[in-house]
Amino acid sequence: MEQAIESQLLEISLGPQHPSTHGVFRMNATLDGETIVKLKPVMGYLHRNHEQIGESISYIASFPFTDRLDYFSAMSNNLGLAIAIEQLGGIPVSERGEYVRVIMAELTRLVNHTAVTGFLINDMGAFGTPLLYAFREREKILDLFEAASGSRMMCNYVRPGGVREDVPAGWLAQAKQLVDGYPRFLDEFEMLLTDNEIIRQRTQGVGVLSKELAVNASVTGPMLRATGVNYDIRKVDGYSIYPRFAFKIPLGSAGDVYDRYYVRILEMRESVKILQQALKQIPDSGPAISPKGLAIGKAPRTFRPAKGDAYGRIEAPKGELGFYLVSDGSPQPYRYHVRAPSFVNLTVLEDMCLGQKVADTIIILGSVDIVLGEVDR
Amino acid sequence: MALIGTGVLSGMGVVFKTFLETYPWGRVVLRTVGVKPTNGLVTVEYPDVKQQHAERFRYFPFLVYDQTPDNLRCVACRICEQECPPQCIHIIMEKDEQGRPVKNHGRTLPKVFDIDTSVCMSCRICVDVCPFDAIEMDNTYELSSEGRFTEMIYDKQRLLKSDEYFHSIHPEEAAVVDQRLAAKKAKAAPSAPSQPGASPAAPPPAI
Repeated sequence: MEQAIESQLLEISLGPQHPSTHGVFRMNATLDGETIVKLKPVMGYLHRNHEQIGESISYIASFPFTDRLDYFSAMSNNLGLAIAIEQLGGIPVSERGEYVRVIMAELTRLVNHTAVTGFLINDMGAFGTPLLYAFREREKILDLFEAASGSRMMCNYVRPGGVREDVPAGWLAQAKQLVDGYPRFLDEFEMLLTDNEIIRQRTQGVGVLSKELAVNASVTGPMLRATGVNYDIRKVDGYSIYPRFAFKIPLGSAGDVYDRYYVRILEMRESVKILQQALKQIPDSGPAISPKGLAIGKAPRTFRPAKGDAYGRIEAPKGELGFYLVSDGSPQPYRYHVRAPSFVNLTVLEDMCLGQKVADTIIILGSVDIVLGEVDR
Repeated sequence: MALIGTGVLSGMGVVFKTFLETYPWGRVVLRTVGVKPTNGLVTVEYPDVKQQHAERFRYFPFLVYDQTPDNLRCVACRICEQECPPQCIHIIMEKDEQGRPVKNHGRTLPKVFDIDTSVCMSCRICVDVCPFDAIEMDNTYELSSEGRFTEMIYDKQRLLKSDEYFHSIHPEEAAVVDQRLAAKKAKAAPSAPSQPGASPAAPPPAI
């Protein structure tokens, strides 16, 4: 005679102080044994009123706050806002400024993807070693950022019309040396991780996201491309000077955690190609910022764009980062909205986690690549 | 199909190589087997050793004075106070009993100039917007204090630093600032050339 064991669902709260949630993020999970049957993300612990503050200060004064959105890729965030302001005010960009901005944005992509890969492996239980290898390389790029902008993470460097000040003498040679040596690190990193049987066991077939759901939920960035959808704003929109460079968009096929990891590795290799071309093509002299941009940077209150709105978007390391600005003719924006990729990508978390184990949700969250500064703003 | 376990083994090889790179003898071993090692030690033992920072490294603003501390460049125009994103600057202009601004060296000056270290985020907006190059970024980063309130507010006396100090920490930027100030001075007083050696017969520049 068989007797059924009485069981009931267990509700647990992962976070907000859990080290694997990458910040103050909470997942209210309902478990059947070890299996997730329901998962509700709770956000808002790091809400800092970024958009409301942006509406009460001048356009330029918002730049330091954008650094703190996705604090791993400050330069990209600056670039997004700069592009939106340029559209709104019709500000031309200097030639050299364009190149410096693209170099910075692609270096940021290297920083972000290197770090997030390290974090993902850390979440799987390989404590320390791969993460610190990643951070060792990241430090070298942060040194370059420090030499150019004065700060390692909170750069506040890109301005409408170009960059705040030109890169120091010898900086481009240093950058070239780093970029040329980067594939060597990637080879080593891949030797450490890509073919590792344990990592493949943990990641392949875990957290599968279907193409249809990814498109319907407006997921962007490496997460979308891991499902096999060829959508990269650098190609689709062709903003800044990206059409001048030859590069490919790496695509995954399965849409699982492994594909998301591998798409990021391949994207870094493409970024290195873009950087090599940009460092070769950059004009030797010329202003790093257009005269109009310089005037705005010096006196932010004189910048009163005509009534209207603008949406500037870039392919940030995490996905489509958009800034929507509405001007009413005053020095402050009437409306300032940030379309944060981490936040939108997080909306499919439950769909990816259903039916998976608790340990898998941690790496699924790690593979989404969120930064809470951007999720909560 | 690769043999199961080779991926793990090649990964351990990378770890072992990095382990050897962190020791001098390990680097010798790597060189003898024909692998070009890199210096694996990338961290320094703070606070015994301090990292060398880039020249542009910025942390917390200070007020510049020329020659003597009472000859500060700030005229209390409050542009930085208005533009500061986290609003950590507080300025009150020096005024006499009738409420008229007091002038010193031909300029108005601040009576109170406070910056709150606990709020300042070292973004450099104040430096960018200052029309008089009166505020510049410092590079000292050990600002912790035992008190929570008064010690963290830097008043005018603690913020004042000399122009020579500015030249010593940011020589490149200081040269640009000096050039800009000289151009401004020449423009303000074209009748009285600041350099007696300059030829007075030169025609005034066309505007």
